[in-house]
Amino acid sequence: MNHLPQAWGRPRDDVYGAYNASFLPQDGPKQHTQSPIVTGTSVVAMKFKDGVVVAADNLASYGSLARFTDVKRLRQFNTRAVLGFGGDVSDMQHLDRLLTSLSLRENYADPGSSGDETDTASLDAKNLHTYLSKVMYKRRTDFNPLWNHILVAGLDDADKPFLASVDLLGTTFSAPSLATGFGAHLAVPILRRVAPDEAAAETLSMDDAVNAVKEAMKVLFYRDARSLDKYSIAVIRKDGVQLKEDEKLEGQSWAFAETIRGYGTQIH
Amino acid sequence: MQTGCISEDGIHVDMNHLKKGEVNLGTSIMAINFRDGVILGADSRTTTGAYIANRVTDKLTKVHDTIWCCRSGSAADTQAVADIVQYHLGMYGITNDEAPTTQTAAAIFQELCYENKNALSAGMIIAGYDPRHGGQVYSIPLGGSLHKQSYAIGGSGSTYIYGYCDANWREDMSEADGIAFVRGALAEAIKWDGSSGGVIRMVVLTDRGAERHLYLPDVGYEGPGRQPGVVGE
Amino acid sequence: MTSIGTGYDLSNSVFSPDGRNFQVEYAMKAVENGGTAIGIRCKDGVVFAMEKLVVSKLVKPGANKKISTVDKNIGIVCSGLMPDGRHFVSRARDEAASWRGLYKAPIPTSALANRMGSYVQAYTLYSSVRPFGLTSILGGWDSEAELPVDGQVGSGPKVGAGGKKEGQKRGGPFLYMIEPSGLYWGYYGAATGKGRQSAKSELEKLNLSEGDITLEQGVKEAARIIYVAHEDSKDKDFELEMSWVSSLDGPTKGRHEEVPKALREEAEALAKKVIEGEDDDDEEAEGGATGDQMEE
Repeated sequence: MNHLPQAWGRPRDDVYGAYNASFLPQDGPKQHTQSPIVTGTSVVAMKFKDGVVVAADNLASYGSLARFTDVKRLRQFNTRAVLGFGGDVSDMQHLDRLLTSLSLRENYADPGSSGDETDTASLDAKNLHTYLSKVMYKRRTDFNPLWNHILVAGLDDADKPFLASVDLLGTTFSAPSLATGFGAHLAVPILRRVAPDEAAAETLSMDDAVNAVKEAMKVLFYRDARSLDKYSIAVIRKDGVQLKEDEKLEGQSWAFAETIRGYGTQIH
Repeated sequence: MQTGCISEDGIHVDMNHLKKGEVNLGTSIMAINFRDGVILGADSRTTTGAYIANRVTDKLTKVHDTIWCCRSGSAADTQAVADIVQYHLGMYGITNDEAPTTQTAAAIFQELCYENKNALSAGMIIAGYDPRHGGQVYSIPLGGSLHKQSYAIGGSGSTYIYGYCDANWREDMSEADGIAFVRGALAEAIKWDGSSGGVIRMVVLTDRGAERHLYLPDVGYEGPGRQPGVVGE
Repeated sequence: MTSIGTGYDLSNSVFSPDGRNFQVEYAMKAVENGGTAIGIRCKDGVVFAMEKLVVSKLVKPGANKKISTVDKNIGIVCSGLMPDGRHFVSRARDEAASWRGLYKAPIPTSALANRMGSYVQAYTLYSSVRPFGLTSILGGWDSEAELPVDGQVGSGPKVGAGGKKEGQKRGGPFLYMIEPSGLYWGYYGAATGKGRQSAKSELEKLNLSEGDITLEQGVKEAARIIYVAHEDSKDKDFELEMSWVSSLDGPTKGRHEEVPKALREEAEALAKKVIEGEDDDDEEAEGGATGDQMEE
């Protein structure tokens, strides 16, 4: 089991053995497939009755070095969609610009009603997810993947909560609660306990969802060695997006360390 | 381990990524914001394996009057990138009748480092001053991402001074304090990193323009300090 | 035009003996018959207005917009051959996108005007092409804020950058007009199309160079000027199309947008009143009746 972005998209070594590259030509065709350098860890999200909550910490790691501690990995696309990026930060920035140009072009095609603050954005979260899945799949097909795992959180065309993921291979998946990277192992069980299925998510309150996500972020901080206690969290509902980018984990539990002494035989 | 990966310690560039015999800037570089602008600093060691190919290298490179960069990684790659950026900024200044901003420089650096990430081993720090935006520091590490920072450190020697910098960093420092901070940090990096060494060079970018500083190891990096008459290149 | 018919007007790449490019002059003729378009550079933004002549009752009112947006903060209104205008706008959008591609920031209005001027000029040089049958008014608001690099992460020092100089304000409203020859100037107020003469003399009365007119005033003046300019071709119906771009703290937050319906109708009502007043002075005119069919 390896959750590091460096291992994404490769056959599992424990099943298939280490990849044997010796038969490959040494100076063959151009090899694009790179590996991530500056990386973000988990993104966590869950649906509730009238919206979606999504969170990611503010760390960009350089291997095991916690190199950049002010990297905001949630990007608000419009009033109906927020993206959460895991994986390579440079590819995240590339996608960010791609989305800027997408929204410019979208505005050319449909400038919308003028001066209307609540301008119904022409692209909803579902459209955006479809678009991204095409981009990601195209890049993996070119053997030049964008090394990210992305959660798209927001509302669909019927203003129903929407949550789906797309990864570096273009694989898409949707569920009432989702998480990338380490979070897929550690956060999802916590979120599923709160809302095991769509029906449960449809009755879940916003506060319960936010609390569940915050709890998941806390567990990830305890157990993910590439995580940080500063994070961003966004709630997307019909009345707009509420995005907070400088949150600090609260209510951590460490004092019990006092009761732990030695590793078995030692008593004092 | 694959070529181009960084090892689990997260810092040391995979040496296989450099071409055989390639000159490597196993470096300590940094740039900081201070009250009146920015300061760039670097050691002066260039190595080929364990041999010091140049002991008085200048790793601080001008790409526009008051926009400079610190180079780490392959000497050839970073020089090529800096040359291309210098060309673009020169063209920008002429065609738009207005000096480029630090953001413009950072954007072009990133474009080159990101789009050519497979071919390059370049870790760059960009620092610049203009009267409207004041001093700004940007870091572009290996993958080609762009980070705005209050101060940036880079190169193999930087690993040894994360603690020093975090503990001693203060925002809005005076020029003297800023220089002392950079000198202290680089002296530590040089002390602990075998791939860093030689003299400490600095460039101070303010509304006065660019001023060079030099600090020599044989006098404990005390001086000579600011180099009079040497503004820019 | 004494040289007409001598053959020197058949190709772009041939001068007449007295140093004229007739193809360019003919292109200007195409513009002279187009609907009136104006742009006003106000102190806190730019207003565009276009007299859109109703070509057929079968065309949906309010459809087929003639004022276009480039990037987020720039507007273009063309007078002359519509299809040329569509191509011109498309090129401007490509230029804006290519600027963003390299510099990771929006293109300054002046740089776009420069590039589009060069583009139009190139169509006066070659025998294989004809010049644009267009005069374009191009304007925008360049952000007065410090712009990040698109996509950058991190934030720099909490206390802000050191060494900033006061009074280094940048950005603001910009307005240019590009003619078929490729010639372009910056303007306080620009007018082109059929009614340009009366529109220009109205613009001159506004003392725009003083720089005190606000965007809201500009909208009302723009509507009035289009109505005034329309007086000469009263018999034809028209729709008023208006757009604006304000400062970041203004009504459009630095974006180029259509003027809201309510404000446009208010400006139109005022304009009609002024026109009717003028008509009353002359003779008891039938004026004002033209307005009824323009409503959307």
